[in-house]
Amino acid sequence: MSYKRVRVEDISKPARDLSPTPTGELKPLPSPFDKQDELPKRKELSEAAREKFECDLDGTVVLSHPKPESPEEERVLVEKFLSGLEKLFQAENNWTFLQPLLLSMDHCARCHTCSEACHIYEASGENPIYRPSYRSEVLRRLYKKYVKKGGGLLSDFRNGRIVLNWKTVIRLAELAYRCNLCRRCAQTCPIGVDNGLIAHEIRKLFSMEMSIMPKELHEQGSMQQMKVGSSTGMSALVVKDNIEFIDEDMTDLTGMEVKTPWDVEGADILLIHNAGEILAWPENPGAFGVIFEAAGLSWTLSSEIAGYDSINYGLFYDDAQFARVAIHHASAAKKLGVKKIVLGECGHAHKALTVIADRVLVGDLAVHRESALTTLEDIVMNNRIQCDPSRNDFPVTLHDPCNMVRNMGIVEPQRRVLRKICPQFREMTPHGVDNYCCGGGSGFAIMNGHNFSDWRYHISGRKKFEQILNAFRDELDPSIPKYVCAPCSNCKGQLRDLLDYYGVWEKNRILYGGLVELIVNCMEGVKPGFIEWEWH
Amino acid sequence: MSLDAVLILVTYACALVFVVSVITRFVKIARLPVHVRWELYPVAHEKGRAGYGGSRLEELDWWTRPIRKSLLGEMKVMIPEILFLAGVRHKNPSQWLRSFPFHFGLYLFIGTILLLLGGGLAGALGADFGASAGFFTGLIATLTPVFGFAGLGLGLIGSIALLMRRLGNVEYREYTSPADFFNLLFFVAAFGVALIAQAAGDADFARMRGFFAGLLTGGPHQAALGVTPLMAAAIILLTLLIAYIPLTHMSHFFTKYFMYHDIRWNDEPLIVGGRLEAKMMGVLGLKPTWAAPHIGADGTRTWVDVATTNPTDAPAVGKDAAE
Ligand code: SF4
Ligand code: SF4
Repeated sequence: MSYKRVRVEDISKPARDLSPTPTGELKPLPSPFDKQDELPKRKELSEAAREKFECDLDGTVVLSHPKPESPEEERVLVEKFLSGLEKLFQAENNWTFLQPLLLSMDHCARCHTCSEACHIYEASGENPIYRPSYRSEVLRRLYKKYVKKGGGLLSDFRNGRIVLNWKTVIRLAELAYRCNLCRRCAQTCPIGVDNGLIAHEIRKLFSMEMSIMPKELHEQGSMQQMKVGSSTGMSALVVKDNIEFIDEDMTDLTGMEVKTPWDVEGADILLIHNAGEILAWPENPGAFGVIFEAAGLSWTLSSEIAGYDSINYGLFYDDAQFARVAIHHASAAKKLGVKKIVLGECGHAHKALTVIADRVLVGDLAVHRESALTTLEDIVMNNRIQCDPSRNDFPVTLHDPCNMVRNMGIVEPQRRVLRKICPQFREMTPHGVDNYCCGGGSGFAIMNGHNFSDWRYHISGRKKFEQILNAFRDELDPSIPKYVCAPCSNCKGQLRDLLDYYGVWEKNRILYGGLVELIVNCMEGVKPGFIEWEWH
Repeated sequence: MSLDAVLILVTYACALVFVVSVITRFVKIARLPVHVRWELYPVAHEKGRAGYGGSRLEELDWWTRPIRKSLLGEMKVMIPEILFLAGVRHKNPSQWLRSFPFHFGLYLFIGTILLLLGGGLAGALGADFGASAGFFTGLIATLTPVFGFAGLGLGLIGSIALLMRRLGNVEYREYTSPADFFNLLFFVAAFGVALIAQAAGDADFARMRGFFAGLLTGGPHQAALGVTPLMAAAIILLTLLIAYIPLTHMSHFFTKYFMYHDIRWNDEPLIVGGRLEAKMMGVLGLKPTWAAPHIGADGTRTWVDVATTNPTDAPAVGKDAAE
């Protein structure tokens, strides 16, 4: 390993990049991608970007925060940060996560057990600033020095040195966006310290106190969603139009009349998709329509604000935005008087509305919420539709979205379905609650500013790419079409970009897609060949 | 004041500091406001599902199904975790080689204290630990030095090994504060002195048992053989160490309970009209002061107000609104 040593306190030092990841340090990929010089070259951060924005962390940038132009601006930045830091530890401002945060602040044994668990740290060839505990330790030292009593020299003795200046502030903000919030590290911590949570809390501090957040999550994300109805920018009118087209396509493709119901009062199920599906993978909401109609379910979509878009980016950066969107979702269901919300194939939407919002949705907002994987399992396993697995006789593997699996415990329904309908199903290693993030988690899949997408392809997505190649190790020949089932919109976004970047379709014929596509592909009474391999 | 009396006083004072700081911290953590769900699977009490990390959310209409919790499931995880540090053994074996002897030594040391308390009590009541000892007193007399030497020895080996790693391995050294070095040195000193003291002057722990008898009777006991000066040093170091532990991050020995039961395994769903909902109503009434304009917090609006405001159609509230 040839990284230069970077100590926790170095975060405040003026240096061009605190710790870049040289290509030569990246963990080698399996064959046929094992020759680094044959892989696409990483884009450098432009000098123009470096001039304008504070980018001195690792050679990429998410937040594009302008450099302070005067000592006064630097001072204000530090002051605002300190004010936010205090609020992070106050019940009135952060009751949502105060207890978990305090316990994670106070009890790390610095044993480094969590380091091995992190796909980003591993893929980078162990870049010291990607160690899960690095950013946590920065926040911990700042908290103990500036928020807890007994700061000053004693704090340096007790907790280690740290200097707070504007470099520390902006680097810490950026560093919170070098973590997928997958919580794989938290799972391995013998004490229960949660470095994913700490990254999440840092993001919140910057958003909720200083308005520093990625525009993809905020302006184009939660704000747009609450303004027009969806973070895709689709209004209710546009989404209805799009679904109508999808219905027509589905009818043609399957030979089955499909008509998606809208705003049906008293339906059993309000189905909420990640609206990105409707634009990027229309076959997914289409396949839902085919299955739900064939199974004779009483279901509807909603055209209320956010009622047709399960995205809740607040989960990744801001408690207030999170709660607002969750309330919009619950209100849409309440208005229609449905028995339950069923969440389509989107991992973060699952966790957001089912688990994290659980205690926020009180009184008549406490609408029941269920995973579509469970609904689908019931349909397939109880023969509410008839399946012919021979139509799915190609190699299939399953990606476990962290939010559904590690963070919700929804592990088996999707597997039971795949075991029944895909004769060549095989697991990745490791899988289930131990699986690795796709590298697009926590909003990264939609972040492409500057050269950040290259960071996703080469670093955060590297481990998943390795897992996929290994799952199909013996069938990588392009004459064999293969399918990665990823029942999550964000994960699919990352896989689309990742597989495309490395030219995997051309070289190895690996396609990715959801679970419902595989179900419709093998449904009896439906024209064969629902999955069009050219979808790649 | 005799040396024995001083030692007894120091021991009581340190025990008091230990108990008070543990209780204070415990109460402080327990009284923190209810937080949002943040469980992490596997959740050990999920009956029939913990093995693969599943949850009740896997079931159709899960809210209509009974909650199936397994205490045995929790035990199956907690016991190997506490006793043998199963997680570290699996995920970080080289650290486990150092950490396990340290922790297991501590458990045996706690066992030794319990044996000494039992023995001291029996001694104070006039029991004999010599040639005519009964079954239980005989057992205590036999086990105390076994636990004592094994505990102090393993604790010493473990703390030296941990210290060496923190000094010798740069990745660990960079994450070690001066206080962490001090803590480990404290263990090395306390265990080291105690080991020498016991080996040199009290190999059967009879004097130490006498000291505990004195502790329990509130003064030097007639049966006490008297502590050697080295033993006195060991008692002072060990009791100070015991008082010190809950004041540091090493208090994880009990805060781990919250980490697991209140966070990782806390999957309690909200039930309308239930206890949890009542607690939630309390925190939703708190008044945030976050300064970003989109939050619209000004210290007078509650979380309910903030969460039910659509920031795209409401004017910003608070100081930023004026900017
Ligand atoms: S977070 Fe946990 S695993 Fe990581 S260094 Fe701290 S105590 Fe060890
Ligand atoms: S949460 Fe995931 S991405 Fe973040 S530090 Fe932990 S393992 Fe790495």
